[in-house]
Amino acid sequence: MIPIKRRRISRPLSAALALTVASVIAAGCGSSGSSNGGSTSGSGAAGQSVPTAHLPVLKKIGKGEGQLNLIAWEGYLNPIWVKPFEQQTGCQVNAKYAGSSDEMVSLMKSGGGGQYDMVSSSGDADLRILYAGDARPVNINLIPSWKDFFPAFKSPPFNTINGVHYGVSLQWGPNVLMYNTKDFPAAPPSWSVIYSPQHKGQVTVPDNPIQIADAALYLSRHKPSLGITDPYELTQPQFQAAVSLLAAQRPLIEKYWALASQEIFDFKNGNATVGAGWPYQVSTLKADHFPIGTTIPSEGATGWADTWMLAAKAPHPNCAYLWMRYISTPKVQAEQAVNYGETPDNKLACPIMNQLQPGSCDAYHANAPASYFDTIKLWKTPIATCDNGKPDCVPYSGWVSAWNTQVK
Amino acid sequence: MWSRVSAALWRRPWARATMLLTPPLAWFVLIYLAALAVLLITAFWQINPFTTNIERVFSLNNLDTIVSSPAYRSIILRTVVMAAAVTVTDAVVAFPFAYFMARIASGRTRTILFVAILLPLWASYLAKVYSWLLIFTHNGLLDWTLGKIGLSQVHLIYTNWAVYTVFCYLWLPFMIIPVYAALERIPPSQIEASQDLGGRTWRTTRMVLFPLALPGIVAGSIFTFSLTLGDYITPLLVGGTSATFIGNVIYSNIGIANNVPLAAAMALFPIAIMAIYLLAARALGAFEEI
Repeated sequence: MIPIKRRRISRPLSAALALTVASVIAAGCGSSGSSNGGSTSGSGAAGQSVPTAHLPVLKKIGKGEGQLNLIAWEGYLNPIWVKPFEQQTGCQVNAKYAGSSDEMVSLMKSGGGGQYDMVSSSGDADLRILYAGDARPVNINLIPSWKDFFPAFKSPPFNTINGVHYGVSLQWGPNVLMYNTKDFPAAPPSWSVIYSPQHKGQVTVPDNPIQIADAALYLSRHKPSLGITDPYELTQPQFQAAVSLLAAQRPLIEKYWALASQEIFDFKNGNATVGAGWPYQVSTLKADHFPIGTTIPSEGATGWADTWMLAAKAPHPNCAYLWMRYISTPKVQAEQAVNYGETPDNKLACPIMNQLQPGSCDAYHANAPASYFDTIKLWKTPIATCDNGKPDCVPYSGWVSAWNTQVK
Repeated sequence: MWSRVSAALWRRPWARATMLLTPPLAWFVLIYLAALAVLLITAFWQINPFTTNIERVFSLNNLDTIVSSPAYRSIILRTVVMAAAVTVTDAVVAFPFAYFMARIASGRTRTILFVAILLPLWASYLAKVYSWLLIFTHNGLLDWTLGKIGLSQVHLIYTNWAVYTVFCYLWLPFMIIPVYAALERIPPSQIEASQDLGGRTWRTTRMVLFPLALPGIVAGSIFTFSLTLGDYITPLLVGGTSATFIGNVIYSNIGIANNVPLAAAMALFPIAIMAIYLLAARALGAFEEI
């Protein structure tokens, strides 16, 4: 009885299965032809030019389209500054929050790229979005507050290629050394604390391949023979040295943290006493009166700088320009800096920050001299072409696979 | 008009069956099988290393990367060992528990035990894992208790022992229920017959109860094994530096590296492992009663 039943059901089923497999393969082959063209031009551009560089820019901001679709880091679309924008412009902000730079890159690709208007991506994602052809040139003259930006953020290499802007810089901040002040009465002078066996089992660092740059930055001071000048442009021997340093660090690590909340938990519960983190974790722990210290050691630090990038097929360009114009004004820059705990790009934001929260301008280095900025090596996408034009550097995909297979 | 349609359908049973089966079958084929097929195909594509755009060119590079890398090989091995260890532990714990429920406990006790087993399934997965984090953490409940009773602290947090314990806890109900169902169905006369023939407790358990309960254990092990094989959140939260499992590699390749083809290739391994496992389970008779 059972075999007969089985056979009866299985025949239409297997036929249907064969049919779907066939149709899916056909669909895959069909689309491969068209998209192949796109991706080859993208890869060809990796060393040379941005595929969207020739697209015309907006000459004049017209009437808003009523909607604005934004991909953002959580906390970047606070009602404090989004509500007034919506009231002023009539552009309703629709937020999509992303958890990582890479999620931002893939969201910008999804739906053919015509779904979202802008993304608040960090420097390690910007070039990937640019060279994939998912960003569009921006007419910076339409954004008046841009001229008040610190020079380093007017045309930074992560969002401006050959003088063409693909968005407007937003905010930035350092990846700091955090320590429990009960275990470290004085601020550790060097990042060596997180590489030293003395603190075995008490160290926590981010679970992120870009951490290799932190090791490279450390080596650039402690092993000058390697000749590391830029922690994001590493030749194979330099890269291998950084990866070896991290592999040796692994036994000392209590936890590679994936979420900011995880690192806060570990400091609070004594699982970690020293580690690398963001000012956000520091301010959260301080708000809970936890004895947390923070410093930028003598080697300097890595950091992030975010940009509101314009999507290549942005469906609401006028609202997007209105947003860029709004978000770069001193007041909004100050509000975001104080709320999120980062440094504004607009130099006029400092006094407004102090009005919002006394002392915050100093605390977030919004008025720091250029020498402070020079100690921070901002995230950028590692690419195969080094600054000297030679294709000797290890690209980001190499960083990811080394992080997953050699470090962890 | 409708009467004519129904008459036509009555005369053609195959048309009737087709109409009845098309919606569920279409759902199954389109949503389930098509998604799997897309996954299978993606595993043979590449990404552009810089822009991470998918390049639809067939190659075996992804599988080659995984098979030839000692790191990925040890991750696969670690995952299978973990899944096997969790399965064996859960089976060992579940068998006496299910036996008590099925054959010894009164109706009332049985109901209470059932509720006790099912209650955790109503709680959020994350809430359960986080509560274990609080138990294992530095000076958490476990180490605090051990310290109080004068034993040395164990510091289980961020170790694979912590991952193992949490997995065993999470999937235990999925083992108890099928084992209970299998044990409950064994006629008491068979146990009595064994005892009448001189079989003592251990011998009766080994030669009568265990073989008859085996399909239930195997059915339960399918849950515990496959759930452990695919989980990445527990290792992420309570695991330490060596808590990288197949699920974590897939997660980090999609969420961090945006390398969907490599993630898809990695996903082929648990599928293959489960296929082998299910074939072995069928050979052991796990599906006979279903």
